Amino acid sequence: MKFGAVAALAMLLVAACGSTNPNTGNTLAPPPTANLKPPDKIGAGEGQLNLIAWEGYVDDSWAKAFTQQTGCVVNAKYAGSSDEMTSLMKDGGGGQYDMVSASGDADLRLIYGGDVKPMNEKLIPDYTNFQTYFKTPPYNTINGIHYGISLQWGPNVLLYNTTKFKIAPTSWSAVYDSSNKGIVTAYDYAITIADAALYLSKSQPSLGIKDPYELTKKQFDATVALLTQQRQLIKKYWGLASDEISQFQNGDAYIGAAWPYQTIQLKAAGAPVADTIPSEGATGWGDTWMLATKAPHPNCAYLWTAYVSTPQVQAAQALFFGETPVNTKACAQMDASSPGSCAQYHADAPGSYFDTIKFWKTPVTTCADGSQSCIPYDQWVSAWTAIKG
Amino acid sequence: MSVEAARRPRPKGGGAVRFSGFFWRFPWLRPLLLLTPPLAWFVVVYFASLVLLLVTAFWTTNPFTTQIVQFWNTDNFQRLINEPTYHAIIGRTVLIASLVTITDAVLAFPFAYFMARVASRRIQTLLFAAVLLPLWASYLARVYAWILILNHSGVLNWSMHLVGLPPANIGYTNIAMWIVFSYIWLPFMIIPTYAALERVPESLIEAATDLGARRWQTVRDVVLPLALPGVVAGSIFTFSLTLGDFITPILVGGAGSTLIGNVVYDNVGIANNVPFAAALATVPVAIMAVYLLIAQRLGAFRAL
Repeated sequence: MKFGAVAALAMLLVAACGSTNPNTGNTLAPPPTANLKPPDKIGAGEGQLNLIAWEGYVDDSWAKAFTQQTGCVVNAKYAGSSDEMTSLMKDGGGGQYDMVSASGDADLRLIYGGDVKPMNEKLIPDYTNFQTYFKTPPYNTINGIHYGISLQWGPNVLLYNTTKFKIAPTSWSAVYDSSNKGIVTAYDYAITIADAALYLSKSQPSLGIKDPYELTKKQFDATVALLTQQRQLIKKYWGLASDEISQFQNGDAYIGAAWPYQTIQLKAAGAPVADTIPSEGATGWGDTWMLATKAPHPNCAYLWTAYVSTPQVQAAQALFFGETPVNTKACAQMDASSPGSCAQYHADAPGSYFDTIKFWKTPVTTCADGSQSCIPYDQWVSAWTAIKG
Repeated sequence: MSVEAARRPRPKGGGAVRFSGFFWRFPWLRPLLLLTPPLAWFVVVYFASLVLLLVTAFWTTNPFTTQIVQFWNTDNFQRLINEPTYHAIIGRTVLIASLVTITDAVLAFPFAYFMARVASRRIQTLLFAAVLLPLWASYLARVYAWILILNHSGVLNWSMHLVGLPPANIGYTNIAMWIVFSYIWLPFMIIPTYAALERVPESLIEAATDLGARRWQTVRDVVLPLALPGVVAGSIFTFSLTLGDFITPILVGGAGSTLIGNVVYDNVGIANNVPFAAALATVPVAIMAVYLLIAQRLGAFRAL
């Protein structure tokens, strides 16, 4: 059998050429662009601005006014995932793109990949009004250097059906409880591992999890085991917000992690749902406008960043997308256009609130104590594939 | 006649004439020029992409920045061989593709037989339109329609409740995936089967009847063997289309409905690990190569 012989040979070859991958994902070296000095003032606009953004982040309702004010024509390329953003930004944006609205789980990859460069926060007038946490969040500020300006954020909340759960669940244990078999849903993305790690950090203190994004082998294995067990309870993971919305509407899910956006949409459609941040806290995302290393229109980029940081635009985007502005002055604007929305989106939250939220960041080999024993992101992805089976 | 025309003495001058004379002197030039564009397309677009796929599979990525590193190694294939998760996913994909193919063959054969040999001309046309009708609607719209039928509060559970049966609850399971795939690829099985059945000469069936064969015996011993290449040709479509699909599992599959296509998609779109995706993508290529080899033995390509 000729084919069998070829296949056997191929297998042998694969087995023989064992290798050691030279890349370990070490991040101790400073980012390659750390020494690039940002400008001291914004020059005249270049007339164009090319953005990579989440869908809905460059809506005409505020982008048009920006073009009128500055003469910068905004061209937006929408990306569907953090990883798509990372690949579009390869080679410093390739001299094509100026900025990216990256989430925390992409930021470190962009910074250490040398794809984005430091920004001068003094050129953004509203920066002083930002929530303290978002002035220097660890996902975009390294050694005091800002690789971007924070934009909006949101928590990953626990969404539940109020007819099934009369009393609000107080713990994430509800989504790991076998008595809820068949009615649980979860976000179909490797970063969901951090949600389980956060829960384990409180429910099993002996594991010693301090940061859900920095897991040693032992902690990681325990987290993966919990999620593998959880798979039996899940009918369907959700990939798009609309998937989860229809699952809750059709009775295919009664409880699961969600974004505030889903809660707002479901409530608007009259579904009996509510969300909560359980006692263990929650994970969350924080988005940042980052400047490409090879940005062809840096002045328009700074003008744009300053513009989207103003209370009016912050409020408009927050209400449009269902997330929370980083500018504390946006609260009044939000309540003016949609009464009660400021409190609903936690835009007025006190500083202590942010201690309960663990913002997405890229898992890397280097742990906080400098040791090289943490599990990097690519292993999160393969573990996630194994969990889903 | 054209040869005579070409040999006639040519008037001097005139670009077009000189041009045709050129082709006359070099007879191999005309087919070469005609074949170059499709051949170039085949080699560059078709073949080069496959080669690139194979080459990329032997590279790796920087685990942190996810940039491709051109470091030759076989780690990706080792991962495929060593990790039981991927065995399960490949096994599940082949199983679903086989089940879908068998289901479609069983459904398509009587239907195609009726269309080709029993139905009147008018009914035949109507049935043809009915078979092709689903292809007019978008693939996504058809899969979404199935979600509405199969989900918890969907048409299926509602109908079962109406006749007093317990709910089926097959939404977001591998069974749902099997049903939807079988539905979506059915036309691709019916049409080649129909074409093969239509080509079975009436005289052979008359001869079989003359020799005393009963109707089902004729079907089994005469029609079926002659139509088999058509069924196998159709199975190439249903099998390969299921093998590479990732949309239906995302939409109607549940937890544990991951197919090869989904892992490839996750690795390209989410993890940005193109080399591993490439390694995994060689698996369906290999499976299809084996499948086509078997199909060729069964004479499928004579029916195409």
